[in-house]
Amino acid sequence: MTTKPGYEQVLDGSDTQVARFETRHTLLKRVQHILHNNPTFVPVIVLILSLAVFWIIAGGRFFSAFNLSLIMQQVSIIGILAAAQSLIIITAGIDLSVAAIMILMSVIMGNLAVHMGVPAPIAIIVGCAGGMLAGAMNGLLITKIKLPPFITTLGTWSIFFALNLWLSGAQSIRSQDIDEHAGLLKFFGNAVNIGGARITFGVILMILIFIVLWYMLNKTAWGRHVYAIGDDMEAAEMSGIRTERTLVSVYMLAGLVCAIAGWASIGRVGSISPQSFYEGNLQSITAVVIGGISLFGGRGSIMGALFGALIVGVFQSGLRMAGVDVLWQVFAIGWLIIIAVAIDQWIRRVSA
Amino acid sequence: MTPVVQAKGVVKRYGHVTAIDHSDFELLPGEILAVIGDNGAGKSSIVKAICGATSPDAGEILIEGKQVNFSSPIEARELGIEIVYQNLALSPALSIADNMFTGRELRKPGFLGKYLRMLDKQAMERFAREKLTELGLMTVQSIKQPVETLSGGQRQGVAVARAAAFATKFIIMDEPTAALGVKESRKVLELIKDVRARGIPIILISHNMPHVFEVADRIHIHRLGKRLCTINPKDYTMSDAVAFMTGAKEPPAQDAA
Repeated sequence: MTTKPGYEQVLDGSDTQVARFETRHTLLKRVQHILHNNPTFVPVIVLILSLAVFWIIAGGRFFSAFNLSLIMQQVSIIGILAAAQSLIIITAGIDLSVAAIMILMSVIMGNLAVHMGVPAPIAIIVGCAGGMLAGAMNGLLITKIKLPPFITTLGTWSIFFALNLWLSGAQSIRSQDIDEHAGLLKFFGNAVNIGGARITFGVILMILIFIVLWYMLNKTAWGRHVYAIGDDMEAAEMSGIRTERTLVSVYMLAGLVCAIAGWASIGRVGSISPQSFYEGNLQSITAVVIGGISLFGGRGSIMGALFGALIVGVFQSGLRMAGVDVLWQVFAIGWLIIIAVAIDQWIRRVSA
Repeated sequence: MTPVVQAKGVVKRYGHVTAIDHSDFELLPGEILAVIGDNGAGKSSIVKAICGATSPDAGEILIEGKQVNFSSPIEARELGIEIVYQNLALSPALSIADNMFTGRELRKPGFLGKYLRMLDKQAMERFAREKLTELGLMTVQSIKQPVETLSGGQRQGVAVARAAAFATKFIIMDEPTAALGVKESRKVLELIKDVRARGIPIILISHNMPHVFEVADRIHIHRLGKRLCTINPKDYTMSDAVAFMTGAKEPPAQDAA
């Protein structure tokens, strides 16, 4: 402290506080702070509120174990896609091809196992490898050719969808044929009944996938790197993260999760249809956004996407049971998206 | 005394532009070497060549007398060379502890770490707290606080603490006081002296003459892509240094290195 140049000597007598602010900790400010630190609170609160509201409106029929387990079944496939989508969105990317990868891989699994007599486990492994390959294609185009994720996956969405129509001949594979040749493909359609609730293996799979990905994102170095890349790509690179390699691994993992969703979808739908889940890409983004994961990257918990998918399922089921026309369900989901993003923007403006 | 870093006749061209023109460079053990020069003189280029961010077209770079050929800053980092970038290279949404360990996280011992690759968050937080306390920076409320909730000076402190914690050879600091107010700059300058007191040499790139003259042991003046001279700040005034680096005055005949 003795080597201070003359003009700074006066600092010794100065106020040692760097800055002082008029802090009025209003209730709203405090709420904003809590939400900033816990990004999943919003979707959890919305989920609980919507359950309560529809319980009042639609009655006990809505809030029965059977109906709640049915909602879980209905959101299971979109939920798994939303898990894959979350991975990408946390890196500040977007993947418009998730549902296309899913359907393409379910068609490949079905073609191999049902039409070509390949043992079902091998068909499933080939499908999963195909999902990783499709993800690697997205990832390499984005990192090596430096294309924006939106454009890349818009292109691969069409490419994968066309391949799917070609490989399937635009024909569905019938349920009976799957049962006869490769029952394993419908594994995730099996269910356990617990007191009126029907829990399919697909629902359990969805929850397991979320737990595993949550662990990877929060408890491993890889996960921290994924967040750092989404937060500030340049800073991540400079602090020693191999950003390109990590990004490609994220897209490959998302592709694998999509392929697993493809397997689960066979059990959920019963048949393999090349035309199913055409809106799955956008529905997965909807779940992620309602789940409080920031589209700008680096923020939000993957568990939010699970709650986001459930919120959409609860709204659809509740409005249907309350006798509301389908068009108003779509209307309500639209508002949910806009409100969710508005809340995200408000939380991001938090001051220290 | 073997220099910690020595560059001999380094050349780097970008198309028709010669960013480094047969330049030399030396950093001696335990010193703070300031690098000054006009905009475009190539001071960042020479420092980038030393830390592996660019690979020179000609010339050699020796670290503690051994020739090196880095292809990325990650390789330099593995040798114990740390860089504090002007934009700090911190991830705003991640915690202080996460940021300190980015790219070199600690894993739990045993099965959890080896097969489940689980991070040892407690150990990382403990280490981060220790390092910040050593440098007198534990005024932050919590080590788990996201970096975006810190002030500019505190962020700079985290970046310097990260470098100081892991550097075994030397630290490069690019304009560490450029974005800070008077008091925060003072804190960072004290920090820089603290780091030198631990025996780690520092390359300080700065435009701020009072700061340079206060902390530097030697000043490397860069002009037109090469080292013009090195001076001892005790022998010259700030106006001399500015005159040398802008070409208004001839440099001293002897090379003070």
